[in-house]
Amino acid sequence: MSAALNNAVAFDTALLELHARLRTARTTLPLRSDEDVVGLRRHVRERAVALALSLVDQTKLVTAASELARNTIKYGGGGEVHLDALEDGFKRGIGLIFVDNGPGIADLDMALRDGYTTGGGLGLGLGGSKRLVDEFDIDSRPGEGTAVSVVKWKR
Amino acid sequence: MERIPILRMGDLLLVTIQVDMHDRLAMTLQDDLTERIVRDNAKGVLIDISALDLVDSFIGRMISNTAAMARVLDAQTVVVGMQPAVAITLVELGLTLHGVKTALNVEKGMALLGKNHF
Amino acid sequence: MTTQDYANRISQIIQEHEADIGAEWVAQLEALTVRTNVVSKEQLRRHCQQFLTAFARGTRGGELQNIEHRSWDEVRDLLAEISSSRAKAGSTPSETASFVFSLKQPLFVRLNEGMAGDPAALAGASWTISSLLDKLGLYTIEVFQRARDQIIVRQQQELLELSTPVVKLWNGILALPLIGTLDSARTQVVMENILQKIVDTGAAIAIIDITGVPTVDTLVAQHLMKTIAAARLMGADCIISGIRPQIAQTIVHLGVNLEDVTTKASLADAFVVALERTGTSIVKKG
Repeated sequence: MSAALNNAVAFDTALLELHARLRTARTTLPLRSDEDVVGLRRHVRERAVALALSLVDQTKLVTAASELARNTIKYGGGGEVHLDALEDGFKRGIGLIFVDNGPGIADLDMALRDGYTTGGGLGLGLGGSKRLVDEFDIDSRPGEGTAVSVVKWKR
Repeated sequence: MERIPILRMGDLLLVTIQVDMHDRLAMTLQDDLTERIVRDNAKGVLIDISALDLVDSFIGRMISNTAAMARVLDAQTVVVGMQPAVAITLVELGLTLHGVKTALNVEKGMALLGKNHF
Repeated sequence: MTTQDYANRISQIIQEHEADIGAEWVAQLEALTVRTNVVSKEQLRRHCQQFLTAFARGTRGGELQNIEHRSWDEVRDLLAEISSSRAKAGSTPSETASFVFSLKQPLFVRLNEGMAGDPAALAGASWTISSLLDKLGLYTIEVFQRARDQIIVRQQQELLELSTPVVKLWNGILALPLIGTLDSARTQVVMENILQKIVDTGAAIAIIDITGVPTVDTLVAQHLMKTIAAARLMGADCIISGIRPQIAQTIVHLGVNLEDVTTKASLADAFVVALERTGTSIVKKG
């Protein structure tokens, strides 16, 4: 695991600024251990509650966060996540960007296919997580790293 | 190290998950349950998840695996108390928890277990 | 004259003549306000006095263009309060905005007196005050709209609650008649309600009756399927009843897989199936 000495993940991706225009605040959290995943779940739940998302939407977002955080640790060798507060006119939302320096995903199409029941896909569960959020973007370069950006808007 | 307590009631094992589990804790629970089924010669396992507001793929798989291992050891598993929001999310995720019996609450879960073992 | 000079001059004038300005303003408003059942006289005077004081403080902050500036926080909060309460009491947005606009007249009179010797400064100050009050007046309309929108949203939710009645047919058997057109958003909410009611009543079987639903499109059909899957995950089961021939056709055309879901044409048939499944049977006596 070639973890950087400081916390910033050295994977240069445009996804970090995908919603820059709509972003009002950003918090960055490390994703290195099991406990970090639990901590992230709590953080996201708090944000979702503060945004008054319905209980189902909260659960979907926190679950997606848990899935993607686990991917970052398990397959990406650890990394970090950025929590963004987003505002688009009167619409408010939460953005999460997971970044790692890992091996990257060679076959994105395959990865986006479901991996749970059919046995196909890569077990990353990206297809499932994608269905839990409103916006889903992924940037992965083999040998360099992976970044996944998701957004959930308050309906 | 923290562990999730497993209660024994006759030949039934009862687990109530009340904390936000990290992956290691989930794995420990799976191991503990399997061990206890053998040690206590349990015929049924009741997992109460009514306090869980989140079940992701890892926890889902842990539950499926536990049920599968229990079956091999001749014990039945029932998961009770799944919250609607969790159920909806699992459906959306595509996780089916195959091979896992479920019931709305502990009472129904026990009835289900009672029916199928002797 | 710099903006700060204007600001100071204006706030000075307001402070010196606060009582008079207030009295004239109230008099104007009382003449305008035909309906006193919406806002009582005491309430009106109180609002005027509070606003005038806060307004004077606001001008002292020196920021006369941007009402989002923090020196106007107090004024905005006050206007939000006034506007919301008027919205709930049944005022029109114009009536509420007029509250602010009608302050111009008494202010102009005092500005005129206080700056008579300097026509350029007077013109500048008048313009500044006018556009400032315009912005604040428009702000009240915005808040008003938002308050009304919230009332509408709440009413919609209540309507939604009403449109998912639950009938306990028997021990552990629920009937949930869906009524009206189901759009994607409403369907999701309705489905969540169904699941919650299953938990609340501990029902083993929920019969979702769609007799009262005119059309079913792919999205609605998918939501129905997901709801049933979720119910099963939770430990309950669902039967769909009230499927009319047209809907049956639509479902087949859409390719929705209903293989492992029990469907019945009538609620009665569904009830019989539910009874069988829960181990109950109806016996005719005699």
